[in-house]
Amino acid sequence: MKMKMLHDTKLMFIRNMQHTLRSPVFVFVSMFQPLMYLLLFMPLLNGLGSVSGLPAGKTVDVFIPGLLVLQALFGTAFVGFSLIDDIRTGVIERFLVTPVKRPAILLGRVLRDAIVLLLQCVLITLVAVPFGLNVNVDGFLLSLLLYALIGITMASISYGFALIYKIEDPLAPTLNTITLPLSLLSGIILPLALAPIWLQDLAKINPFSYTVNAARALFAGNFQNIGIAEGFVVISVLAILVFLWGLRSLKKMAS
Amino acid sequence: MIGDLVIETKGLRKTFISKERGGKKEVEAVKGIDLTVRKGEIFGFLGPNGAGKSTTQKMLSTLLCPTGGEAKVLGYDLAEQQEQIRQNVGCVSQVGGADLSSTGVENLVLQAQLYGLDTLTAKKYAAEFVERLQMSSFIERPAQSYSGGQKRRLDIALGMIHHPQLLLLDEPTSGLDPQSRAYLWEEIKKLKAGGVTIFLTTQYMDEADKLCDTIAIIDNGKIIVTGTPGELKSSVGGDTIVFTFLSEETARKAETLLTEKIQVERIQTNNNSVYLNIKDGERMMPELLRSLDAKNLEAQTVTLSRPSLDDVFLKYTGRSLREDERK
Repeated sequence: MKMKMLHDTKLMFIRNMQHTLRSPVFVFVSMFQPLMYLLLFMPLLNGLGSVSGLPAGKTVDVFIPGLLVLQALFGTAFVGFSLIDDIRTGVIERFLVTPVKRPAILLGRVLRDAIVLLLQCVLITLVAVPFGLNVNVDGFLLSLLLYALIGITMASISYGFALIYKIEDPLAPTLNTITLPLSLLSGIILPLALAPIWLQDLAKINPFSYTVNAARALFAGNFQNIGIAEGFVVISVLAILVFLWGLRSLKKMAS
Repeated sequence: MIGDLVIETKGLRKTFISKERGGKKEVEAVKGIDLTVRKGEIFGFLGPNGAGKSTTQKMLSTLLCPTGGEAKVLGYDLAEQQEQIRQNVGCVSQVGGADLSSTGVENLVLQAQLYGLDTLTAKKYAAEFVERLQMSSFIERPAQSYSGGQKRRLDIALGMIHHPQLLLLDEPTSGLDPQSRAYLWEEIKKLKAGGVTIFLTTQYMDEADKLCDTIAIIDNGKIIVTGTPGELKSSVGGDTIVFTFLSEETARKAETLLTEKIQVERIQTNNNSVYLNIKDGERMMPELLRSLDAKNLEAQTVTLSRPSLDDVFLKYTGRSLREDERK
């Protein structure tokens, strides 16, 4: 039983990876946004250097781990569109009438999305090195797992809505509505220390604030920081929950 | 052992809940149908758009959960043994479902693997179907470049790749040109000759007539009549003869004369034409013409037609199969 799940997930992963590799340029196109932040926005933060409320440490060291969370949020949030295409052309129905394990259909996709995201994260980090980025290598490698989990979470949300709507039109606004407050309330662009209390309180219920804190601690190599464990726990639970929700949408499609 | 019956349903039912303004509304797509499909036959499920054909097919392929009734497919219980049904049934939906950016071969190999075949066997089976359905000239290209007929062949190969005992075909020739249709009909007959049972939904009378051993006519979620094409046609009664005259007045006179002269099942005048439903039309024709001539009611044209499934549909539903589309 477990073997079949593994076998089917592998097949679906390869199938989806082939699709990505057919037009690899899009892997890079979706890195455009974080690179723009790096080139055109980070210098603004440098100018803020001495304002109270900014986390300790060099701007680039604080900004990049957050930027990677941003990439994980926005880079994977819109993968649902590819699924709508597969629904419309009958591909998903064709899969569903075979004995393929249902979770494998989604797992094969979110794992592909996670791999693509990790490649992007590594590239963005490499680009940031000439900007004076100091990063703890072990911490960075461990943070990749964190980004992968964020990617899986966002991809599952995206697929879940794609399966419910089955058409493109409402998908983009829905996903924007979700991702924008999540990113604003996670202290990526500007630190939440600058925010009024009510905004800080609101940020505390945003699961992604915890992942940003965890990522920053990992980059700095502060492994004893409790924020790391918090970040992993929060995002792991969230990833599992939204994946199960997406799976429910898939099964509901056939009911 | 499944015996002689490949599909058996009792009171199979599907009700959708659709959300509309002012609350939820129940839509009965399939209103309790009984079907028996015998091993080795082509079973035609004939009806207009929206009659419940695809919904029934989706229930039989485990894509939709029935809301009532029971069914056995290949001897497996539809509610309990979905895995076994999926493994042993092949299914081709209306849209097909080929992955358009992949090549035909990639599609076929993956499909075979999804049925649990190892890579080597999957490739072997794919090659077998490429050969059988004469797809070698295009199968290495992405499926989005295929013509309608080529894509349909790939769709059918995808449904057949694991050599199922039962193939569910949902409107296999809709939207195809006449040549591709004729080609597919031949292929479907070959599949039957190879021992595969085929459950085919269609809205085309000629298709049901040419291909099917048994036909069930479905309308409005209910099966109206079931039988062989021959049985259904003879249940309509006799042949139809149409006399066309120069004027409606002559036609009316002819109608009166013919009604007195012979026993007709149905007679009707429409503009200049008299439609006559009659048993043994071929043999009656010369006599009818002679008696019309005797009264100087000269027919301009005469046509005789055997009953068609269109007539069957008309008889049992009170409307023509294409009526809805004409509106």
